[in-house]
Amino acid sequence: MSDQQPVIKCDSVYKIFGKNAEKMLQNANGKVVAEEFQKAGCVVGVNNASFEVNKGEMLVVMGLSGSGKSTLLRCISRLTDATAGNIYIEGEDLLALNSKELIELRRNKMGMVFQSFALLPHKTVLENIAFPLQVKGSSTKDSISRAMEMVDLVGLTGRENYFPRELSGGQQQRVGIARSLAVEPDIWFLDEPFSALDPLIRKEMQDEFLRLQAVLNKTILFVTHDFDEAIRLADRVAIMKDGIIEQLDTPANIVLNPATEYVRKFTEDVPREKVLKIKSVMEPVGDETDFSDLRVSEDALIETVAEAVLGDPKSVPVLNANDDIVGVVHSSKVIHVLFGENSTLESNA
Amino acid sequence: MSFINYLSERPKLTQLGIVLIVFFILMSMTGQYHDLIVERHLFAKSVVKGEIQSSAGFAESMSMILNWQLPPQLVRIPELTFYHPVINTSATYVLIALLVTAGLLYKSFAESVNKSQWLSVNWFQIISKGFVGIIVGLLFIPTLYNWFFGEVTSSTFWEIPTMLENFSQYLMFEFWLTPVYDPEIDDYEDYGRVRLFTRAIGASLLFLITLIRELLIGGFETVVSLANVFSDQSGWDWLGENKDKWYSSIPAIPWTVLTAGAFILGYKLKGVGLSILAGFSCIYLAVFGQWEPAMETLSLVLVAAPVSVLLGVIWGVLAYKSRTVERVITPLLLVAQTMPHFSYLIPVLVFFGIGDHAGAIATIIFATPPMIRLTLLGLKRVSPEVLDAGMMSGCHNYQLMFKVLIPTARRDILIGVNQVIMQCLAMVVIASFIGAKGLGFNLLLALNQLRVGQALELGVCIVLIAVVLDKLSLAWANKQTDYFADLSFVERNKTALLFVAVFFAALLFAWFGNWMFADTAKGINYFYTIPHNKGITTEPFWQAGVDFMVSTWRADIKIFNKWLLVEVLMPMKASYLAMPAIATFVLTMGVGYIIGGIRSAIVIGLFMLFIALTPWWERALITMYMLTFAVIVSVVIGTIVGAICVQNKRATKFILLVCDTFQTFPSFIYLIPVIMLFGVTDTSVLIAVIVYAVIPPTRYTVEGLRNVPESLLEAGDMSGATKLQRLVKIEFPLAFPHIMLGVNQCVVFSLFMIIIGAFIGTTGLGQEIMQQLFSGGNIGSGLILGLCVAFIGLAVDHLIQTWATKRRKLLGID
Ligand SMILES: Nc1ncnc2c1ncn2[C@@H]1O[C@H](COP(=O)(O)OP(=O)(O)OP(=O)(O)O)[C@@H](O)[C@H]1O
Ligand SMILES: [Mg+2]
Repeated sequence: MSDQQPVIKCDSVYKIFGKNAEKMLQNANGKVVAEEFQKAGCVVGVNNASFEVNKGEMLVVMGLSGSGKSTLLRCISRLTDATAGNIYIEGEDLLALNSKELIELRRNKMGMVFQSFALLPHKTVLENIAFPLQVKGSSTKDSISRAMEMVDLVGLTGRENYFPRELSGGQQQRVGIARSLAVEPDIWFLDEPFSALDPLIRKEMQDEFLRLQAVLNKTILFVTHDFDEAIRLADRVAIMKDGIIEQLDTPANIVLNPATEYVRKFTEDVPREKVLKIKSVMEPVGDETDFSDLRVSEDALIETVAEAVLGDPKSVPVLNANDDIVGVVHSSKVIHVLFGENSTLESNA
Repeated sequence: MSFINYLSERPKLTQLGIVLIVFFILMSMTGQYHDLIVERHLFAKSVVKGEIQSSAGFAESMSMILNWQLPPQLVRIPELTFYHPVINTSATYVLIALLVTAGLLYKSFAESVNKSQWLSVNWFQIISKGFVGIIVGLLFIPTLYNWFFGEVTSSTFWEIPTMLENFSQYLMFEFWLTPVYDPEIDDYEDYGRVRLFTRAIGASLLFLITLIRELLIGGFETVVSLANVFSDQSGWDWLGENKDKWYSSIPAIPWTVLTAGAFILGYKLKGVGLSILAGFSCIYLAVFGQWEPAMETLSLVLVAAPVSVLLGVIWGVLAYKSRTVERVITPLLLVAQTMPHFSYLIPVLVFFGIGDHAGAIATIIFATPPMIRLTLLGLKRVSPEVLDAGMMSGCHNYQLMFKVLIPTARRDILIGVNQVIMQCLAMVVIASFIGAKGLGFNLLLALNQLRVGQALELGVCIVLIAVVLDKLSLAWANKQTDYFADLSFVERNKTALLFVAVFFAALLFAWFGNWMFADTAKGINYFYTIPHNKGITTEPFWQAGVDFMVSTWRADIKIFNKWLLVEVLMPMKASYLAMPAIATFVLTMGVGYIIGGIRSAIVIGLFMLFIALTPWWERALITMYMLTFAVIVSVVIGTIVGAICVQNKRATKFILLVCDTFQTFPSFIYLIPVIMLFGVTDTSVLIAVIVYAVIPPTRYTVEGLRNVPESLLEAGDMSGATKLQRLVKIEFPLAFPHIMLGVNQCVVFSLFMIIIGAFIGTTGLGQEIMQQLFSGGNIGSGLILGLCVAFIGLAVDHLIQTWATKRRKLLGID
C-alpha cells in the first residue's frame, strides 16, 4: 500500500462560511474555535481535516446533521472551494486546477450520488443516465448504449423510458447511482444516498451497493448519519462533530477504542457483534484437541456466526484466508461479547 | 376599569382607536378650507389666484391650530422647491468617477485569491460599481460643488413632469448627434443617436410583424417596411420602381390551409383534443369574418410574445446569477407590475411613435416583468443538489444553465410563458390606442359605437387566440423525443409529410374555390379568404338582447343608478376629498404602524408623500375612493360566493372554471355591457371594475377554504360545531391569510380597471393619463401619474403582504 500514492489526500482542510472567513482563519493560526467564529458571523463547516483514502478503499464519513459531512465532500469534489488547506486527487493539487481542468476531472474521474437523488425531472431514466456522457460530447448512439448497460447494471431494465416522477424512491436512487457510474469514474462520492429511503429499501440498496462495489472496486467516499450503515459498509469510518474529524479508524477500533468522549457516547449502544470480527475474540490454540467440526473465518463478523458457535459446546477453530487454523473461539467469549461489558475486550482487529 | 383592562390586553385595538380619533379630529379641523377642498382643483386654483396662501408661517400656523383650524400646508401639501442637481462630464469629474470606481473595486481586488481571473469573474461587479462611480463622480460631486460654490437654481416638484419631458426630448433630439443623409433636402442632417436607435428597434419589430402578416394575409408590406428602412437613408424608391412586379402582391396563405395546419399541429403536439380546439378556433375566426384582424393581432403577438419570453428569461438568468441585478430589478418589477397599462403607452409613443411596432413594444414592456419574475423564481427553486449534480456531471456554465437549470425550472418558466401570452392578449386592445391594428382596434371601434354584439364576437376571438396559443405552447414545451423508435424516414416524418400533403390539398381546395364562387354575385372566394365583416355574425341577436334588457329594466336601472350615485358615491367621494392631507397621512401611516411596525409606517408614508408632492393629489383621492368602494364590494361578494360554492364539490369546480374563463377576457370587454345599461357614469365603471375584480377574491376564498386541513374540520365536527360555526370559527380564520392575497390581487385588478374606466369617463388619475395620451403624450406626466397609481397599489400590497406573512407564521402554515 505504502508505495502507492493515495487517491484522495486532504491536508488540514478548512471550510468556513462567512464574509471574513479567510482573514479570520489567518489570524486564528490554524486553531479554529467554532464559538469564536460564530460570534463573528462565520459558520465553521470543516475544521482541520487531514486524511488519506487509498485506491479501492471505502471511507465512510459519519456525523450528526450539520456536522459538516456534506461540506467536506463538497470541498473534495470542489463544488465549493476550501478556505484553507490542500487537497490532492491522485497526487494532483485539486485547488490549483483551473475551471477547464476541473470539468475534465469531473467528466472522467468523479461520480456523485445525492441524498435527494437530484435527477433531472425533464429527462427520462435513460436520458438522465446518459446525461454526463452527452455533456462530455459523446455521440447520442454511444451514450445511449452505455446508458443501457448501466440500466441493466442497476436492475432497472424495462423502465428506461420512465420519468423520475414515475419511479419509487429506491428506483430513483438506482438511477442516481447509474448516472454517477456512467462515465466510469475512479472516485465515487455518495452523500447520504440511502437516507431518504425507508428502512427495508435502505437495506436492499445497501446490499445492492455492496454487490456493485465488489464488482467495480472504486475508491469511495460515503457520507451517512446512520452509524449502522457506516459499520456495515465501511473499510474505515471518520466521525465528525462540528466540522472536526473526531476519529478516523476501522469500525471495530472505533467501537473498542473510542478516541473521545463524543465517539464513546456514539458507539455505546452499538451491538458489538455487528462490528467485531472473530479475530478479536479468538484465543491461541491451546493444548486441547477436541475441536468442533465447525470452521469459521477470522474475518467473519461475530454476528454472522454467533448462532452456530453458541450452538456448539466445543471450541470452534478459526481459519485465516489460507484456511490455516490460527486460533479457536469459545462460546463463552461470544456470550461475553453479546451480553457483557465491553471494556474488558482487547482489540486486535 | 374593566374597559381599560380590556383595551390594555389588546394593544392593536387601542392603537387603532387612537389613530381613528386623531384622524377624525384632523378631519374636523379643515375649517375655512373645507369648501375649497371638496371640489377638485378649487384649492389649487385659489392659491394660483392669490385668494389664499399655500402655506403659513410657524407662528401663524400655531395660532391657527389653537383656533381649531389646520394651516393650509397641512390641508394640501404645497409645491415644494428643491435645488437642481448638476451633471458635469468634464475631464475632472470623469477622473473623479474613475477614482471612485477604482476605490470601490480595490478591496475586492486586493482580497481576491486568484488575481488573474479576477476580471473575468467579477465583470458584473465592475459594471455596477462603475455605475455607482459615474453617479457619484458626475452627479453628486458636481451638485455638491455647485451648491456650495456656484449659482444655485431651483425648481418645484410640480415641474418634474416637464423636466422629464424636456429630458426625453433632449435625449431624442439633442443628445449625441450624428449626421444622417436626408434625401428630401438632399443633405446631411443631425440626428440623435437615441432616436436612430429607437427607430431601428421599431423598424426591426415592424419588419418581423409585417413579414408574418404578409404570410398570413398577403400583400407586400414587408417589402415596404424594408424599403422604408433603406429609403430613409438612401433615397432609393424601391417601392415606386417595382410596383407592377408580381412580387408586389404576394397572395396570402388561404385560411383553409392554415386551419388544416392548426388541426395537424394540435394533433402532433398533444392529440385529438388540442387538434379540435385549434382547428375550430380557426374556423370560428374565419366564419365570423374576423380572419384578417385576427391574423393582424396574431402577427403582433407572435412577435411580441417570443421577444418577451426571451427578454424575460435573459433578465431572469442575469438576476439569478448576480445578487446585484436581482436587488436592482426586484423593486423595478414590483413597480412595473402595478403600473397601469396606459402609462406605458406614453413613453412608447414618445420614443417609438405610432404603429404596430409601438403596440408591440408596449406589449413587450408590459409582458416581460412577470416572465422575469417567474424565471427567477423557478431558477431559485431548483434544488441545490440538482445544481451539484449538474456540476459533477461535468457541465460547463453554459450547459449548466441550459441543460440543467432552465429545464429543471421549466414548470415556473412555462407558467411565465403562459402569463406572457395572456398579457399580450390583454394588451391587444390597449396597444391599439397607439396604432396597433387588429382585433383590439376593431373592439375599440365597436365599443365606441356601442355595438355590443360585435364587441362580444371580437372578445371571443381574442380569448380563442389566447387559449389556443397558450395550449399549443404548453404542449410544445412538454414534447419528448423517443430514442428507441427505430423508424423509417416516412414514419419518423409522417406529420411533416401529412402537413405537406394537406397543405397542397387545401391550396388546391382554395384554388378550386375560384370556380365555385365565381358566379356568386360578390365574386369572393370563401375558401381563400373571408373578407372582414363578410362572414356570418350574431350581432343582431346580441343587440336585440341588450335592447330588450335596456327597454325592460331602464326605469329600474335609472332609479338604482341615481340612488347609488346620490346616496353612496357622491357623499363618499366628497368625504374623501374633504380629508386634509395630514389626516390621510395619519390614517394610512397609522394603519401601517399597527400592521407592520415603524418600518411599514415609513414605507407607506413615503408612497403617500410621493403622491402628495405631485399636482395630482386630489385625483389620487378620487381614484382611492373608487378603489375603496370597488374593493369592499368585490371582496364581500367574492368571499360570500366562494364560501357558498366551496360547500359543494361540483359548484367548486364550476366556480373555478368560471374564474379561469373570466380571467382570460381582456379587461375592456367588461366595459361593454355596463355602458349599455348604465351609461357613462362612475356607476358603470365601478360595476365593470367589480365584475372584473371579484374574480381573485372568489378564487382565493375557494382555494383557501378548500386547503384547510381535513383533520381540523373533523376536530370541529367532533366538538359539535354546526356547519356555520365551523365555517366561521375554523375555516375562515385558517383560510384568511390566503384570502387576503386574493384581496391583494383584487386591489391591483381594480386599480387597472379603474384606470381603464377613464376611457368611459372617470375623473381620477386615469382621466389625466388618458388626456396625456391623447394630447400626444407628455412623457413626464405620464410616468409620474403611472407611478402614483403604482404606489397606491404598492402601499396596499405592502400592508397586506406584511400582515399575511405575520399571520401565517402565527398560524404555522406556509
Ligand atoms: N452555503 C453555506 N453557507 C453557510 N453555511 C453553510 C453553507 N452550507 C453549509 N453550511 C453550514 O455548515 C455546517 C455544515 O453543514 P453540512 O451541510 O456540511 O452538514 P451535514 O453534516 O451534511 O448535515 P446533514 O446531515 O444535515 O446533511 C452547517 O452548520 C451548515 O449550516
Ligand atoms: Mg449533508
